[in-house]
Amino acid sequence: MAHDIAAHDAHDDHHDEPAHGIKRWLFATNHKDIGTMYLVFSLTMFFIGGAMAMVIRAELFKPGLQLVDPGFFNQMTTMHALVMIFGAVMPSFVGLANWMIPLQVGAPDMALPRMNNFSFWILPFAFTILLSTLFVPGGAPAGGWTMYPPLFLQGGNYVALAIFAVHLMGASSIMGAINVIVTIMNMRAPGMNLLKMPLFCWSWLITAYLLIAVMPVLAGAVTMLLTDHYFGTSFFNAAGGGDPLMFEHVFWFFGHPEVYIMILPAFGIISEILPTFSRKPLFGATSMIYAIASIAFLSFIVWGHHMFADGMPLAAQVFFMMSTMLIAVPTGVKVFNWTATMWKGSLSFEPPMLFAISFLFLFTIGGFSGVMLAIVPVDFQYNQTYFVVAHFHYVLVPGAIFAIMAAVYYWLPKWTGNMYSMGLAKTHFWLSTIFVNVLFFPQHFLGLAGMPRRIPDYAVQFSDWNMVSSIGGFGFGLSQILFVIVIIQCARGGKKASAEVWDGATPTGLEWTIPSPAPYHSFQVAPEIK
Amino acid sequence: MRVTRASDTDHRTSRPRASAPRGYARRAYAPRGLFGALAAALAMGASGTAAANTSNGYNLPVGVTSLSEAMYGLHMEVFWICVGIAVVVFGTMIYCLLKFRHSQGAIPDTTMVHSTKVEIIWTIVPVLILVVMAIPAADLILKQEDTRNSELSIRVTGYQWKWQYQYMNAGEGVNFFSTLKQDSNFARQLHSGIEPSSVENYLLDVDHPLVIPSGTKVRLLLTSMDVIHAWWVPDFGAKRSAIPGFVNELWFKVDAGKEGIYRGQCAALCGRDHGFMPVVVDVRTPDDFKKWVEEQKAAMKQAAAQPSAPDAAPAAALAHDGAAPLAAQVQN
Repeated sequence: MAHDIAAHDAHDDHHDEPAHGIKRWLFATNHKDIGTMYLVFSLTMFFIGGAMAMVIRAELFKPGLQLVDPGFFNQMTTMHALVMIFGAVMPSFVGLANWMIPLQVGAPDMALPRMNNFSFWILPFAFTILLSTLFVPGGAPAGGWTMYPPLFLQGGNYVALAIFAVHLMGASSIMGAINVIVTIMNMRAPGMNLLKMPLFCWSWLITAYLLIAVMPVLAGAVTMLLTDHYFGTSFFNAAGGGDPLMFEHVFWFFGHPEVYIMILPAFGIISEILPTFSRKPLFGATSMIYAIASIAFLSFIVWGHHMFADGMPLAAQVFFMMSTMLIAVPTGVKVFNWTATMWKGSLSFEPPMLFAISFLFLFTIGGFSGVMLAIVPVDFQYNQTYFVVAHFHYVLVPGAIFAIMAAVYYWLPKWTGNMYSMGLAKTHFWLSTIFVNVLFFPQHFLGLAGMPRRIPDYAVQFSDWNMVSSIGGFGFGLSQILFVIVIIQCARGGKKASAEVWDGATPTGLEWTIPSPAPYHSFQVAPEIK
Repeated sequence: MRVTRASDTDHRTSRPRASAPRGYARRAYAPRGLFGALAAALAMGASGTAAANTSNGYNLPVGVTSLSEAMYGLHMEVFWICVGIAVVVFGTMIYCLLKFRHSQGAIPDTTMVHSTKVEIIWTIVPVLILVVMAIPAADLILKQEDTRNSELSIRVTGYQWKWQYQYMNAGEGVNFFSTLKQDSNFARQLHSGIEPSSVENYLLDVDHPLVIPSGTKVRLLLTSMDVIHAWWVPDFGAKRSAIPGFVNELWFKVDAGKEGIYRGQCAALCGRDHGFMPVVVDVRTPDDFKKWVEEQKAAMKQAAAQPSAPDAAPAAALAHDGAAPLAAQVQN
């Protein structure tokens, strides 16, 4: 198949150059253009969601309400989560997949380029709808991103808009996932069997199956919310014989795999970067793949751990505790393998490596608090407190987002053809790493000391750590401006990057065999893998 | 690891209740410097001798029930296991970062790509560690779920944004609402200009606390009339969601000698004023509790006999009105 496409493209000379102006982007079918659009979109959302986080941290800077109304505060926490999850983290992974999967498997493009275009262009509309709820009567969703009824259904006009936006995001994700699976399954270069495939592709392949499995579940759950609100059904209305707890079960059946959707591609990225800058092959590559697959499987049978305090039969509590703890085993295998990759290596500390190392430490801290949260009898104390906030921010910010930044710093020269400013990128790294800990570490203390999450104001004994956390938050937010500066500078020019980009290190993979910047059409003739 | 609490064994015998509120809000905002706090945090678990039976500001409270103490013990056990693993894993990583540096001419060993033996070891060992954690955890779940033989049951109903307490058994008929106290409510308004630290127990005080006897197994039956709430008192190790259409159960037994005021908050996002529906529990000796119940019943009768009394006002509220705190009358 790859050969057919290559032969076809060779006759179509006018396709070699990108279209000019807006048409290039509106009608884009090139995986690189679409990847770029995804990445720019997610960066934009990262700043919008970040601005909301700044409002949250500013209000929590000291006790008492100084800036915003509690209702608006709840809108900020809810929208921050929705924007960051569906707008920043997920699309950025799809953007990386678009850019890198064809380059890594030696394919000329994604398998379904027009669907690729569609799946991207849905997103700006979805987020315009979602963000427009900030300006409708009743404001934006304020019942938490988990949308639990009955609270979510008390909302005003946002209910329909937010649900429609979630539907669109889900459709976009499913199309993106189909594209990834079809590309990987059908368009690998001859000789690249699945076990020779790079870890980033592997992690995305498994993630794509998770997406296809759970996004329809979310769509179903929110559709039932919609009919409960507008058409008088009682799926979740206790007064009508419905069951509010059922929503939580359905939601978290989506929600827990969703957590891994946001971290598995990060595992793939780290597994690419650590070997490069350790100048040593990934340790236990096969067991890494099995570990990702086991995590993905386990993610379907742990959803109950989000609901221990909501009332659950004894046997279910024990089952979900055991299954959740079990996830620590394959995750541990990954951390150990990464450490073994560095062992007896020859490490250098370029920006992607710095972010990967930071990921290794800080994601592991998130893992430890995850094990603690799995212990049901103590979870009653942790649940719904800032301890949980600290936990999932450790796995999502220095976890997922640091991995995304590592990936950008790793492949940016390949995309633009220019090296970026190492000094600025390292400054960005150090500021991010320091402030992310100032921001989130004290939240462990706050949660243990008894501060519930999602509150706009707090008792005075929580003042110290909240102030520290807010300072960390502002610092982290401002540091991200450096990230944008580095990217823009690099896109505009700079020292030319070689094909291999990281000359002194040992980058492996097909993406390093083509020139930098990657030509608009690459691998029109499929490479042979020996 | 267990915190000793010699300092508060007789905390209540010599002082009137009104001036000795305790519970986790008693530690007034005392700036102790970030470095002091950080140093204390590093010594987490080993310090705490000076703390009351409340959180020390950075760790779980030991609490005043057998459940909360067991939860704290398990929490610390798991915490120290994690610290142990962290020392080994992070230690190895840091060793790699220092020892195998390209800048110092480290030669990579590119043959080291796989080892079935070590991979089996680092799969099996974590499983064993998890089993060590899971056994006491499962044991504690059994205890938590055992609500049999409770001596006092109280129905707790969540509303936006207050709690309703309806007593059964010995307190049959006592029924009142519990809402955020007025001074906190004024101070918490946007641009109120009132400094939160000037309000006693800011956001953690209510007009009518839940009153329970010590040394008694109390069972709460939780439900809600509107959205999902969660009733939580950290010092009791007691948190459960209150869900419309469901009745969730939890139990606790405050040790005798631990009478006092304990504070918590609603823990599930329940709308605009989620942050402003505290839980306050007033634990009294069984005798004092009995007196309190009789007073409540007398007050209810009185209220029923006065046709002009607004029937919407809960009886207990009438008993509590006035400057003289009820507590002062029944105390000592």
